[in-house]
Amino acid sequence: MSETPPNAKKPAARAAGRNLELPEHLKSYKGVWVFIEHDRGVVHPVSWELLGEGRKLADMQGAQLAGVLLGGADEPLDRFAADAYAYGADLCYVMRDPVLKGYRNEPFTRGLTKLVKEGKPEIVLLGATTMGRDLAGSVATTLATGLTADCTELTIDPASRALAATRPTFGGSLLCTIMTLAYRPQMATVRPRVMQMPAKDSTRTGSIIESSLDMVEDVVVTKLLDFIADANSNKNHLAYADVIVSGGKGLKNPENFALVRELASVLGAEVGASRPVVQAGWVEAERQIGQTGKTVRPKLYIAAGISGAIQHRVGMEGSDIIVAINNDANAPIFDFAHYGIVGNAMQVLPALTEAFRAHLAVRARRAA
Amino acid sequence: MHIVVCIKQVPDSAQIRVHPVTNTIMRQGVPAIVNPYDLFALEEALRVKDQHGGRITMLCMGPPQAEDALRKCLSFGADDAILVTDRSFAGADTLATSYALASAIRTIAKEQAVDMVFTGKQTIDGDTAQVGPGIAKRLDLQLLTYVSRIVELSLDERSIVIERRAEGGVQVLRTQLPCLVTMLENTNEMRFANMDNMLRAARFSVRKWNKEAAGIEDVTKIGLKGSPTVVSKVFGPKPRTEKADTESLEHSSPRDAVLNLIQKIFTRNPGLEDELVARTVVP
Amino acid sequence: MREKFDAIVVGAGPSGNAAAYTLAKAGLKVLQIERGEYPGSKNVQGAILYSDALEKIIPDFREDAPLERHIIEQRMWVLDNESFVGSHFRSDNYNKPPFNRYTILRAQFDKWFSQKVREAGALLICETTVEHLLMDGERVVGVRCDREGGDVFADVVVLADGVNSTLARKAGFHDEIRGKNVALAVKEILFLPEEMVQARFNVKEDEGVVIEMLGKITEGMVGTGFLYTNKDSLTIGIGCILEDFKNKNPNRSAPYALLEKLKRHPAVAPLIEGAEMKEYCAHLIPEGGFFAVPKIYGDGWLIVGDSGGFVNAAHREGSNLAMTTGRLAAETVIEAKSAGKPMSAQTLKAYKTMVDESFVMKDLHKYRHLPEVLHQNNQFFTAYPELVNHAAKTLFTVDGADKHSKEREIRGSFRASRSLVGLMSDAYKLWRATR
Repeated sequence: MSETPPNAKKPAARAAGRNLELPEHLKSYKGVWVFIEHDRGVVHPVSWELLGEGRKLADMQGAQLAGVLLGGADEPLDRFAADAYAYGADLCYVMRDPVLKGYRNEPFTRGLTKLVKEGKPEIVLLGATTMGRDLAGSVATTLATGLTADCTELTIDPASRALAATRPTFGGSLLCTIMTLAYRPQMATVRPRVMQMPAKDSTRTGSIIESSLDMVEDVVVTKLLDFIADANSNKNHLAYADVIVSGGKGLKNPENFALVRELASVLGAEVGASRPVVQAGWVEAERQIGQTGKTVRPKLYIAAGISGAIQHRVGMEGSDIIVAINNDANAPIFDFAHYGIVGNAMQVLPALTEAFRAHLAVRARRAA
Repeated sequence: MHIVVCIKQVPDSAQIRVHPVTNTIMRQGVPAIVNPYDLFALEEALRVKDQHGGRITMLCMGPPQAEDALRKCLSFGADDAILVTDRSFAGADTLATSYALASAIRTIAKEQAVDMVFTGKQTIDGDTAQVGPGIAKRLDLQLLTYVSRIVELSLDERSIVIERRAEGGVQVLRTQLPCLVTMLENTNEMRFANMDNMLRAARFSVRKWNKEAAGIEDVTKIGLKGSPTVVSKVFGPKPRTEKADTESLEHSSPRDAVLNLIQKIFTRNPGLEDELVARTVVP
Repeated sequence: MREKFDAIVVGAGPSGNAAAYTLAKAGLKVLQIERGEYPGSKNVQGAILYSDALEKIIPDFREDAPLERHIIEQRMWVLDNESFVGSHFRSDNYNKPPFNRYTILRAQFDKWFSQKVREAGALLICETTVEHLLMDGERVVGVRCDREGGDVFADVVVLADGVNSTLARKAGFHDEIRGKNVALAVKEILFLPEEMVQARFNVKEDEGVVIEMLGKITEGMVGTGFLYTNKDSLTIGIGCILEDFKNKNPNRSAPYALLEKLKRHPAVAPLIEGAEMKEYCAHLIPEGGFFAVPKIYGDGWLIVGDSGGFVNAAHREGSNLAMTTGRLAAETVIEAKSAGKPMSAQTLKAYKTMVDESFVMKDLHKYRHLPEVLHQNNQFFTAYPELVNHAAKTLFTVDGADKHSKEREIRGSFRASRSLVGLMSDAYKLWRATR
């Protein structure tokens, strides 16, 4: 096992105990980069969400926003770059190489690290997906810089001009703001759906900066043998669903969860759940919404029997309209929901299902 | 076969509550537990040991009381346990933590070469999932994250084939030992410790290493000093000024309440009504 | 699993820890088996620590034991629905170290005590349940645990497995717990900043107050309530005889409902206002007293603590009896071992002798009639609280009526409620129950 080469960029002066002062030689790091995650011809939407956020940060810094694309020689990276411009990027760094076809840690870490050393970005953002987290941790360690994971908010701190990344802490009960003051680049990962999808402007263009990896397949130890697609890819639909009906422990027993499914079915909605209900085995783990589950931002989120504790809240508070149904008028969910009914979910859900069914049927017949 | 399993002792975050007025963390009697994700890593390592023989060394960086967490892991069948504990490790972020743990693993490897390192996917208190990749990078180990299954392991050929959770599917990867595996949750079921191991764990003298014993070469890379990230503030979530517009079943019938609700939703977002209508199949 | 120990202690509560610590300190090979995730996870108590009992086990416990406040004031309240009549005892003498009683938080205290037990050399395993005792004829030779290879042997097994003990029952050492011999109690720990605790209860830093309550708060059932001050929290609880919840519960109130009502009582509410609940638990408390204590020793076994019903309900003392019986059991075993005697019933009888001669059985004996008397005389929880409160109200309200008439009215109310004969009979019963 070999030692990581010592970091050549030794900070000039270091405050006793804490690293709060950006050394002179790092001040030339400029620009916001977003790693564009793609697999088998499709870009993960989180990359676009990050471009939207990155655009705001770049504007605050008066800097450029760049997309970073690593992929195989025959992958549609130029098409991805065109989309990146439409979502706000000014340029794209592209690295094409056969070893980059299909994600593997070693070549991607080498590639992204090389690009960062050449391009010297101030900020690098990645989606907090299995690929993003795998890659971000390796790159940050190689560059010996700071990485903040699962951020819920990103902004530029006016005093230090550093990236202020906010994320939940202490099991989600509190939030903390973290900054990397004395190292560059500042890296952060963000979960899908936490940031808003930006508007797409197909008239926008940008330029490509090509870079080579110069890595041969033989030196890459890990080989990708196969990819087994998930049989039921509905699991992805929850994160991007427009309407979600969720159930929590207030429903009392698994049989009552059927009422949630019925309402969802009438609305053509996806079914979500709070963590206690998933842990109790009432519903599949993929349906869990919250800090340790999925983040969603549908147009309509109906929460039945969910108290609204912070761990669930952070997973859905970005929803356009939040409706809460709960027996307890003091439940925290009523502090941030838009509308609510205080009452027994077992009574309200069937009534709501019926009312929606009738209302939509009438409108549908009129429209037909 | 020598496996190192890294664990962390964490407060049981399900039991931590925050005082609404003072915003202080109320940890009264909150038990510290082994990070639950780490137990899946340990069980997987135990299965590898069951099949291929060898030894498992538990490693943990933490305060003195983290010894209890290591003891618990020993009771499941691990062979050795080392607690890396030193005041100077306090305040470490993930970069500093991976440096400390990597140094310790290097020191462990001097006694017996390490073939595999297992960690949990993430911790329930930090949940960054960064330490595993950090350790792998520093020790030049092949990194395999989000592993759902070990398909094949050959000590003779020094090769391992695993299944790895990716978006929309599972990657099947083959790589060479030594490697670092971060284990996905719910991939296995922890065994029930037998009495022999319970007693052995109760008697075990957990090795305690300070920074010298752990082989830390550069003290500027550990603890607060070695942490590029700085927590600038901790705060409670902003209370929303407007509470929900609610109707209570104490004052209205369910039917009226839901009709009013639907009215409000569609007034606020008429486009939504159109969308839902479009999905409806006309009977 | 053929390993053998000098002693196995089942349970890591106060009595188990007292026994294990004493045994280990004397150099015996001890295995302590706890079924909870960690020592204390299954334990619930008010909680008050009695220095006297602990000093005899760990003389310098004050150095590092987690203690909340030392008690300088004791309040005894008799409540009706809106008021209380109370007597307080407060003494600055209680501020002279060494302090006699402390409030503690069990979660932290048990952790500390268990650490001491391990430092003394005992082996502790948790999350392990002893399913039953291993017998050789009538003699206990070990325990069987719910783990693979779970048979462990010892010269003596100390049963410290609490009020719910199934082990002794399975072995036939005592009967099923009877609903009239246990109380079901619930309590909450309420967070309140240190300065507020001190301001409300009129104490300074580290000083504490204990309030014991009885009266209409238990809705006619036999039971008591309590409120203790911790460093920056309050413990409030209430409990009644289990059987009463079934048979004497006019409103079919659940224990938790009683606690909610207690918290809203006009005398109690102001003391806990603004405090936030951070822990809730419930437990059974042995209340049968003297006549409910089973056989506590036999061939190769001893029973200590709640498992033996060692609780003085009249004075709400339990943990000191637990620690004392744990210690005495250990001392018996140590003595027997050093004298080379076998752990037979005959040898272990010395334990019972010591317990009988100690305050433990002497106090239980003194109050042996109390459970029965209270059980048969609801008026102590209903009529009398009303009467004394009414009397106090009459006496202390200045409304132009002359004092003589007031006195007459009070006397009359007592007579009307209880009749003269009843009053005398009640006095006699109380005397009999507590002599």
